[in-house]
Amino acid sequence: MSLFKYSAPSSFYPLAGKLVPWFGVLAFLLAVGGLYLGLFVAPEDYQQGEVYRIIFIHVPSAWMGMFIYLVMAMYAVLALVYQTRLSAMMMEALAPTGMMFTALALWTGALWGKPTWGTYWAFDARMTSTLILLFLYVGYLALMNAIEDKKRADKAGALLVLVGSINVPIIYFSVKWWNTLHQGASVSLTQGNKMAATMLAGMLVMALACWMYSLAVSLCRVRAIILEREPHAAWVKHIREVQA
Amino acid sequence: MNWADFLSMDGRGFYVWGSFGAFLAAIVIEIVLVRLRIHRAQQAVRNSLGQAGSSATEKVPR
Repeated sequence: MSLFKYSAPSSFYPLAGKLVPWFGVLAFLLAVGGLYLGLFVAPEDYQQGEVYRIIFIHVPSAWMGMFIYLVMAMYAVLALVYQTRLSAMMMEALAPTGMMFTALALWTGALWGKPTWGTYWAFDARMTSTLILLFLYVGYLALMNAIEDKKRADKAGALLVLVGSINVPIIYFSVKWWNTLHQGASVSLTQGNKMAATMLAGMLVMALACWMYSLAVSLCRVRAIILEREPHAAWVKHIREVQA
Repeated sequence: MNWADFLSMDGRGFYVWGSFGAFLAAIVIEIVLVRLRIHRAQQAVRNSLGQAGSSATEKVPR
């Protein structure tokens, strides 16, 4: 079947190569549009004034941190059940980007917390569970580096990611389940949104930009990982980039 | 629009631009690292192909 064709590194490598520039251009255009909406069109917040504009990168970063982890968990299932090589490679390709977005969510959250709550950090449920998410990413990458045998590393990494995925719903619902310093959701799947239309639009466009960016970067990274792991595969000799 | 007002962000410019700046820096760094990684991986394959090619054609000294 054609869908399974692309689970082979030999056919996925050129496909990913074709997709990267498209996702990259889309990410750039969406980011320009999203920043324009967020910094110039959206009104200032009636409670927080201008500083709320951190939301346009904070929320997309936090969403991407969680979402990429869930995608990794999905690949972990595929890697453990079907032992497809590409699933394990995709996990390794996604992890650094997920880690970056999680770190950015914490960083921008701290810089937003100081002027609005009076503190950079508190061990409240949402912040602590997001910090754990960052540790899960770091732990996964450290594990992949520590185990020499790639097959064993993939298995251990997939298990770690799968077990850790319980943390994602905890982050998402933390503001409901506990009394947190962090505010509740402004945008919710069940209750609609509580924001001005241009604010919401700016945030969603930025989230889409981050999504496209993540696709571009991780597809480019997975191509590197394919070559790093299988440099002697027969098809590798014939790709254009390695011809002198 | 007044650019000084825009940059000052109600006097909270440090927090706003500290966030946006870190975001931009992280993305630029990641793009550079990923490009380096793919170029290195391609270079490694190219080198190993070159070696394989030359060792196959070279005559082994007796």
